[in-house]
Amino acid sequence: MSLLNTPFWEVLKASFAPEVWAEILPAAFDTLYMTLVASAITLVFGFALGVAITVTRRDGLLPAATFNAAAGWLINCFRSLPQMIMIILMIPVARLVFGRSYGMNSCIIALAASCVPMYARIVESSLLEISKGKIEAAKSMGSGNLRIIFRVLLPETLPSLIRGFTVAVVAIISMSALAGNFGAGGIGDIAVRFGFQRFRHEVLFACVYVLVVIVQAVQFAGDTASKLILKKRRLI
Amino acid sequence: MSGQIPAPKGYLEIENLKKSFTVRGERLEVLRGVSLSVEEGDIFGVIGLSGAGKSTLARCVNRLETPDSGSVVVGGVDMLRLSARELNRERQRIGMIFQQFNLFESKTVYQNIAYPLRVRGLRKDEIDRGVREAAEVVGLSDKLPAYPAGLSGGEKQRVGIARALANRPDVLLSDEATSSLDPRTTLSILELLKDVNRAFGVTILLITHEMDAVKYACRNMAVLENGVISERGVTRDVFSNPNSSTGKMFMRVYAEMREEYTEGGGI
Repeated sequence: MSLLNTPFWEVLKASFAPEVWAEILPAAFDTLYMTLVASAITLVFGFALGVAITVTRRDGLLPAATFNAAAGWLINCFRSLPQMIMIILMIPVARLVFGRSYGMNSCIIALAASCVPMYARIVESSLLEISKGKIEAAKSMGSGNLRIIFRVLLPETLPSLIRGFTVAVVAIISMSALAGNFGAGGIGDIAVRFGFQRFRHEVLFACVYVLVVIVQAVQFAGDTASKLILKKRRLI
Repeated sequence: MSGQIPAPKGYLEIENLKKSFTVRGERLEVLRGVSLSVEEGDIFGVIGLSGAGKSTLARCVNRLETPDSGSVVVGGVDMLRLSARELNRERQRIGMIFQQFNLFESKTVYQNIAYPLRVRGLRKDEIDRGVREAAEVVGLSDKLPAYPAGLSGGEKQRVGIARALANRPDVLLSDEATSSLDPRTTLSILELLKDVNRAFGVTILLITHEMDAVKYACRNMAVLENGVISERGVTRDVFSNPNSSTGKMFMRVYAEMREEYTEGGGI
């Protein structure tokens, strides 16, 4: 059903038809799976990398100029690649790891390669928000650096870290849709193959609904979590 | 020098301390040979204008800043010759309170006061006792479950003091601790500092730009001017007969403010 020969209203009605959703739902779960796994990888590695590049800054807790410069340079390299190019670049890597260049797991490699460095930068900017005074207060009590990182730096910036992670997850969702075009499956794949190439615009509409709902849910969860923490601490 | 009798060594001994910063390629000498001696159990005031180097001086004592040269000896321990591990242990004997309080907003009052005790590796019941005692001293026993953001400025600084005193330090560094508080709260905080000084014999180095604070709380004082001590002595004497330009200026401004205040009050 194409908008070219069908009224908008008809296409809209058709987009809620059970046949359409029979096609869409499995793809929606594929998208959720890719987002979930890629988000978990991004959280673990992006977070660790973000903490590492923050504390090794020249004015940081554990200054390490060479490591910091090298890591920063590498992150910038990865971040300068547009997502589409990253997906193509990671095809041989996926073939090396999984033995094939398509499928959801292969696509997750590309998602992680793009989003880990991005989240690392977001973590860095969150951690730099902490006032120097709190770190100094902890130092003045004889606190070791690890304790300062885990008991002061991270708890103090937690609401901001959560908001940053929400941004990263939304970026992962949008990139997973793009990866659909390169054999990853999921909502993006359906949208392109049916919605674009076959002019089935009711499917395209349904894909849009799914993506909007997922993104809204993620954003709502992130906002709520961060707000609850701020409220508990009487900061709002 | 050989003919002179050496002055009695103080508990906190600072000698010929120098510290400079490089700001945008320009060398800024903040401390240019500061010597101070603070006796055990004293409340010693260091007064000076903004940029005189007061905060840098306090921060050199617990090595938040590392001085370029000179020496800092606290209770016989040379602070500049410590390894990182030793420094952290010594810092547990030197409490510090700040103008901006620097409380942990992610932690309750209880957890804030508990932090230094956890650093020391105490058992849970010891921590609990320490927190309750320290809170009792500053009069905040009923605020333990509260978060700092919900407290007034005076209460925040009380938490800061409890946190700094939780480990029963020998020295308390007060870096403009009352400078962001209103006059009445300032008075109550100074009163508290005098109380803990009396009760625990903690030696206090009180850094401030407020004359009243020094006058109210300190037995001995020094005037820091452009990175050097321009005047020192018993507070009463320095106030009645200031010699340095900063000392004189403080007195003049003080006199003017009083005059204005009395005149204004008459209308």
